[in-house]
Amino acid sequence: MPKTILEFEKPIIELEQKISEMKKLSETLDIEDEIKSLEEKIQQLQDQIYSNLSRWQIVQIARHPERPYTLDYIQKITTDFIELHGDRYFGDDKALVGGFAKLNGETVMVIGQQKGRDTKSNLYRNFGMMNPEGYRKALRLMKLAEKFEKPVITFLDTPGAYPGIEAEERGQAEAIARNLFEMSKLRVPIIVVIIGEGASGGALGIGVGDRILMLEYCWYSVISPESCSSILWRSWDYKEQAAEALKLTAKDLIQFNIIDRIVPEPRGGAHRNPDQAAIILKEILIDELNKLKKIKIDKLIEMRIQKFLNMGVYLE
Amino acid sequence: MAWFRRSKSGIESDSKKKEIPDGMWTKCDKCGEIIHKKQLEQNAFTCQKCNFHFRIGSSEYIQILFDEKSFKEMDKKMMSADPLNFVDTKPYKERVKEAIKNTGLYDAVRTGTGKINGHNVVAAIMDFSFIGGSMGSVVGEKIARAIQKSIKTKYPLIIISKSGGARMMEGALSLMQLAKTSAMLTKLAEAKVPYISILTDPTTGGTTASYAMLGDVNIAEPGALIGFAGPRVIKQATGKDLPPGFQTSEFLLEKGFIDFICHRKELKSKVTQLLDLFAS
Ligand SMILES: [Zn+2]
Repeated sequence: MPKTILEFEKPIIELEQKISEMKKLSETLDIEDEIKSLEEKIQQLQDQIYSNLSRWQIVQIARHPERPYTLDYIQKITTDFIELHGDRYFGDDKALVGGFAKLNGETVMVIGQQKGRDTKSNLYRNFGMMNPEGYRKALRLMKLAEKFEKPVITFLDTPGAYPGIEAEERGQAEAIARNLFEMSKLRVPIIVVIIGEGASGGALGIGVGDRILMLEYCWYSVISPESCSSILWRSWDYKEQAAEALKLTAKDLIQFNIIDRIVPEPRGGAHRNPDQAAIILKEILIDELNKLKKIKIDKLIEMRIQKFLNMGVYLE
Repeated sequence: MAWFRRSKSGIESDSKKKEIPDGMWTKCDKCGEIIHKKQLEQNAFTCQKCNFHFRIGSSEYIQILFDEKSFKEMDKKMMSADPLNFVDTKPYKERVKEAIKNTGLYDAVRTGTGKINGHNVVAAIMDFSFIGGSMGSVVGEKIARAIQKSIKTKYPLIIISKSGGARMMEGALSLMQLAKTSAMLTKLAEAKVPYISILTDPTTGGTTASYAMLGDVNIAEPGALIGFAGPRVIKQATGKDLPPGFQTSEFLLEKGFIDFICHRKELKSKVTQLLDLFAS
């Protein structure tokens, strides 16, 4: 049973508990049919709830503490992962992990924002909020990948870049800007995957690439619904409305051509079945990478830049 | 990355000079000096006593920087399309309409070509008075086109930033303008055309985290607020008091993120000198 249950998951979890109790009973009683019909009922209920999720509910799934994080995906999807540390200038940002690994037998550079699962690990990972040295570490690893012609895969999952005093002193804005600039012209394929929260420039700082994939129950926008509420409504109470207004889900973003492909999640979300989530993502990553490898690098970079130049809606 | 920052009571001028207080006299925000309008203009909208730099708009910068009548505006009437149909306490469409009415501008940046002491340049100049100088699709597109113009003409690019960051009401589309403008700057760099970034009060959020920090030369006006996260957000997140002078131009110079600070009265001559050095 999951430790954290979201409000709208409750009826499903309750039925699931009932089934597991009945299964124990079924060792002595003949209630197979009842169990079967209850299982069907769960499926129906789940389909009904998950096809009508509000944007705020999707934000909550994206933040679910049992959702797979970057290192979970790396561990489930790749082999031979060797973590590489440090930006070579200042330090090692624990909110950003990366290193070489093999995907389907071929070497890739995997880089991603890493959250913690409890208080202790969250403090260690700074809740997935990067400092400038994290962006510079990511860039160092991307340059390393470029040198040895290995594709880059980045995983986005952050509530934002860290708004700290030292972060400003060390040039948070410059570090993010530099990455946007350098990633635009990196001479290897880049696949970006939004696996949880994609909050603003902090997420985008490792988010420029040839293919932008987004898991089904994630959010990606210019600001979190809470902060948007506090600024525009001058109150923290309008996060649901802010989430609706920001149109921050995968289904929204694919319509604006901000993402290229939605990665389906297992029934009930990635946190209900992390292994299955990883299997689905792995297949899609292999498929996308194979497509990108066929394109000459100069053309690929031109297409990458053009893709971002096409983003925006205006009147003239 | 909020565009929002309550303005100081100082001048946030625009093409209609709406915010310049009525009458001939203005009070300096910093030292309280009473300054005559003519005097203010003569001093490039700075206080002659304490050097306080008033917030000014694109029209004033054009007047200060460009040779007379040389500035030719591009894409003047490009406007926001409200792609998200965004409504908070007020529809975004109305906010835009009001901003257009109040400022006489169409969005938060004006772009064009012009001459600075005879040097041809392409320029993009932001207006804080238009929804906090926030960057949405229009700002991103106009800046991308200005860069394109720079590449085509080989005229150096100058961007004067004055912005609270990306515009919330266009959601992820605003965020993508950071990537869009930065991607275009890689093409400018490849074409080896110089880019001078001028950071003025305030330059924060997504604007700082994209083109404002990517100049071949980064210049700041004295005393400007420049940073990524806003001071209020940092205070809230860290629970710490911010050190004196934190996130000012002088602080950024000390930390190594800008090349030099330039008084607005000397901006034209310094930019000319740079253009000369690049061209000779
Ligand atoms: Zn003064």
